[in-house]
Amino acid sequence: MTELKIIVCAKQIPDPEAPLSDVSVDTVKLEVLVDAPQVISPFDENALEAAVRMKEETEAKITVLSLGKKVSDTVLRKTLAAGADELILLEDEAFEKLDSYSTAAALAAAIRKLDGYDLILTGRQAGDWDSGQVGLILGEMLELPCISLAREIRIEEGSVVVKKSLPDGYERVKARMPALVTVSNEVGELRYISRTKMLKMIQGARSIPSWSAGDLGVDQGHLRKMAIATLSSPPDMGRSCRFMKGPIEKQAEELAAVFKALR
Amino acid sequence: MNDVLILGKVKEGALDPRTLELLSAGKRLAGGKGGGFSLLLMGDAVSAQADEAVSHGPDKVYKLEHPLLRGFRPDLWLAALEQACRQINPRILLMSHDFVGMELGPRLACRLNTRLTTDCIALSIDPESGLLLRTKPVSGGNAISVFKCPGEPQMATVRAKVFDPSEPGAKKGEIVEIRARIDESMIKVESLEVVREDVVALDKAEVVVAGGAGLGEADGFELLEELAEALRKSFSNVMIGCSRVAVDKGWISSDHQVGLTGTMISPDIYIAVGISGAIQHLVGMTHSKKIIAINTDPACNMFKVADYGIVEDYEEIIPALIEKLEEAS
Repeated sequence: MTELKIIVCAKQIPDPEAPLSDVSVDTVKLEVLVDAPQVISPFDENALEAAVRMKEETEAKITVLSLGKKVSDTVLRKTLAAGADELILLEDEAFEKLDSYSTAAALAAAIRKLDGYDLILTGRQAGDWDSGQVGLILGEMLELPCISLAREIRIEEGSVVVKKSLPDGYERVKARMPALVTVSNEVGELRYISRTKMLKMIQGARSIPSWSAGDLGVDQGHLRKMAIATLSSPPDMGRSCRFMKGPIEKQAEELAAVFKALR
Repeated sequence: MNDVLILGKVKEGALDPRTLELLSAGKRLAGGKGGGFSLLLMGDAVSAQADEAVSHGPDKVYKLEHPLLRGFRPDLWLAALEQACRQINPRILLMSHDFVGMELGPRLACRLNTRLTTDCIALSIDPESGLLLRTKPVSGGNAISVFKCPGEPQMATVRAKVFDPSEPGAKKGEIVEIRARIDESMIKVESLEVVREDVVALDKAEVVVAGGAGLGEADGFELLEELAEALRKSFSNVMIGCSRVAVDKGWISSDHQVGLTGTMISPDIYIAVGISGAIQHLVGMTHSKKIIAINTDPACNMFKVADYGIVEDYEEIIPALIEKLEEAS
């Protein structure tokens, strides 16, 4: 059997597990500043896990693409430690704050440069802007069958069979490859990678290719930025916390009264 | 008069509650600029729901019926919706941010060469440019971004329960039948089977009692269940939620998880017990109508988004609360 070629698109974002107090908003530069380490977006890690599992079942080559203004290969090398065969960074000043359409266009340009593919996996949405568009737009651009919200992915004789999450269960769907699948968290978290393995991969001599907009043949004039009119801290939503005070008994009584009022 | 078009949905033989919310959003947007709003219903048979929809006051209810639109098959629905949009030519197109809108929205935006903003919590018209202002929480709800994009239709998917549902009124719209040319050759993704599961439908809960790392042990959820049981005497749909940490520790199954990698919910009441409030959790619940936080750490983030706070050991306050609730009922 010929080797299955899987592409996983992974985005680097500030850790969404960071506490609220580490986040601030620059309303002038229109940026969210998070004082937390960079990580791979959680759903993209799920996508990688799905790919690695397929590789355990069948002969496969996994290529990870990560696009951004500046991508840390230290963060992304984790994908190699987890089982990816190849990592390509798509880095350019021009890739800063791209909208979903242009992000997909740049990814599509990179994918066309690769030596063919059977399956493209993306996370269902990124953990910073929560837009959930790039994967499906990418599928449309490449005119592929698109399957969203996968919780299980299997390969069957040139087709991909996916359990796709529904609000009240799942649907089993099938498409001929090549195809695009967006992956949901039900697939499972990315496998544990030991510290030694991680360090070895980070310190390894292996050089990671980096492609610019020019390398991709992307006309920078056609790249659209996110059309942000304003960015602000969330209004406190009229919420200011009323702390109950006094003995437990009294606090419980007050809280019970709150429930009664909301009934 | 095709300023605002709403993609409606039918659920259990009637208009989906989300569609009623979109109708009130559409009404408001159209009213603000003196334009009109219309509803599009697609399916194999949607006449009864079209009749129901006219009383909500849209100028037109577009009815697109085709035997192949039975059940949601994205490839066919997308093709039909694309054709409908090209016929109706709306300036603004709204869909619900549910599994239909989440799949059709990005794909349609790509085909119509326009831009979509997903999961909006507010919509208005910019008085200067006349463009749609699309408000969306980002970075786990820690920032609110307003997007303004040229290109039509201006597309948005709208979060559930942020608009009040529309009420029927005196104004009656007109039903217009439209057609789409779709056939089975358009199906690239074949449906093999649909499996219904008993899932913890957290997004349907009226009240969610959620626990996190602060519970200290799996048994903590038993106490939360007792509280939920006491609340069931006054509230109809009370469920147990949790943070990711509680799932990671193996205390509870992942279908209870609230947050970015779990379920995004906005119940009437959210009770957070021993949950400190990581960004990825807050994004899933800050839009709850009332939030009650119980935590021993007064500085924890959950209190910053809560309406009511109790700084006590949950093992003491919850039994006392249950007692008071029992007395009151």
